[in-house]
Amino acid sequence: MKVTTQDVKYIAQLSRLNVPEADLLEATEQFNQILSYADILQKLDTTGIEPTPYVLPITNALRKDLVKEGATHEEALLNAPAVHNDGFKVPRVVE
Amino acid sequence: MTKYTTVIGLEVHAELKTKSKAFCTCSAEFTNVPNTHVCPGCLGLPGTLPVLNKQVVEFAIRAGLAVNCEIQKYNKFDRKSYFYPDLCTNYQISQLDKPICLAGHIDINVDGEEKRIGVTRIHMEQDAGKLVHSGATISTSDFSAVDYNRAGVALIEIVSEPDMRSAEEARAYMENLKAILEYTDVCDCKMQEGSLRCDANVSIMPEGATEFGTRVEIKNLNSFRALVRAIEYEVERQKEVLEEGGRLIQETRTWDDANGVTLSMRNKETAEDYRYFPDADLVPVIIDDAWIERVRAELPELPAQRQARLMEQHGLPKYDASIIVSTKAMAEYFDEAVKTAKDAKGVSNWLLGDVSAYLNNEGITISEFKVTPAHLAELVNLTKDGVLSSKLAKKVFTEMLKEDKAPGALVKELGLEQVSDEGAIMKLVEETIAENPQSVADFKAGKDRAIGFLVGQIMKKSKGKANPGMVQKMLKEKMQ
Repeated sequence: MKVTTQDVKYIAQLSRLNVPEADLLEATEQFNQILSYADILQKLDTTGIEPTPYVLPITNALRKDLVKEGATHEEALLNAPAVHNDGFKVPRVVE
Repeated sequence: MTKYTTVIGLEVHAELKTKSKAFCTCSAEFTNVPNTHVCPGCLGLPGTLPVLNKQVVEFAIRAGLAVNCEIQKYNKFDRKSYFYPDLCTNYQISQLDKPICLAGHIDINVDGEEKRIGVTRIHMEQDAGKLVHSGATISTSDFSAVDYNRAGVALIEIVSEPDMRSAEEARAYMENLKAILEYTDVCDCKMQEGSLRCDANVSIMPEGATEFGTRVEIKNLNSFRALVRAIEYEVERQKEVLEEGGRLIQETRTWDDANGVTLSMRNKETAEDYRYFPDADLVPVIIDDAWIERVRAELPELPAQRQARLMEQHGLPKYDASIIVSTKAMAEYFDEAVKTAKDAKGVSNWLLGDVSAYLNNEGITISEFKVTPAHLAELVNLTKDGVLSSKLAKKVFTEMLKEDKAPGALVKELGLEQVSDEGAIMKLVEETIAENPQSVADFKAGKDRAIGFLVGQIMKKSKGKANPGMVQKMLKEKMQ
């Protein structure tokens, strides 16, 4: 599977990443290298091998149902590029 | 025209009544001020890690046991990825292939017929934030404002088998499920406010077919009425498409309550590829037998058990009992009233009749009903003891709705005591007989109907206060 510079532009936009035009070719090449590594992985026969999402033998990391102060309203919105009616202002959601 | 069978499955999301969110310590309480119950965790900021709230697991086990599920020992969480800004992380933490509960069922009764509806699974997940669009609809909006107060609040999703065959069965399933979630106290079940939400998967197939038709998922069903109307509309729409030789497409549609139609949702919310993968930030949860058995032992009385108890202990008919137990608040009201009422069926009659009519009329629930159970019990007793006729009892009830006074006091205040004094009634009987010789003659000639007229005359003279049973009896005796 290969991605085009168009795909990279689109994914960058969805991920809110600013990839300058000059870096697009290089980014596309790197993107494809990563994907081709996945191609190698997909060739491996993993029949009968359990997935290993967790490497540590830890289970039941649970907490009590207690409320703690989180961020203040002002702190919460500090990272918002734009604010509207106390909410995070986001661009048009549908294409 | 071909005859079709309707096939319905429901996916119900219930917000759990935890104090804090599922994976962070923010308050899960509803608030109108946007972005006040948030923290770096539920805002998806780098460097934060989710930690599971134990109460979420506890509630999920409780709900699972209440709908006869098998609780799964090994639990893990997965990331469901999508590009939509209602969650800051671009994924929702959910359970894909290892849900906490499997293989349960809920029994329903429609038109006297018992049916068992399978519960496929229950899984734990987090709720998303709320978007307010700048325009009238999502597609006409230039921007949206996001409130993350609800983002991360704990949910369980309860998925049924496609076992329902009519909108009424779907309604009965949803009503029973809602009652169970209320009784187990895991969810406050306010459909209008969104703490209990329902999506319906609807398809049709030719009668006798074994393979299901193409299914359509309907969203935005926030009342029982909407659920029933949307399914009925959708079934007709699908029939029309097929009858015109068309093909149905598997899609998500939204219920437009104002116009009574389902509309196709063509936006990214319906993206099918969620690229699920295990959330390595959350370690597996192992639920041992001791935990399951403790929760089982602590289960409260469930609607079905309560219904059986009301029938056995108070001799209520099945119909009465099933309506009273359908909401926890009504069942509690009943239990409280029968503590002092001398006639349980009398209490039930009021609850199913005038009380329900009043609540529907006012658009309120029994929790907001101002007449106390003790006062309703007293009203029942006044009728049972013959102090009030049923007609006057209704009058007193109307007064009780207006002011918070005991019915006994109102009866005195309004001078409504039923007259059971033999002398006083005899006086009225004699008067009436003297005034209506023709009716008396009719009665003596064997026209039984004449007595009804005479009783009516006496009741009128007494302004409705004479004991009707005594009037009837004494009138007959006098004319013989």
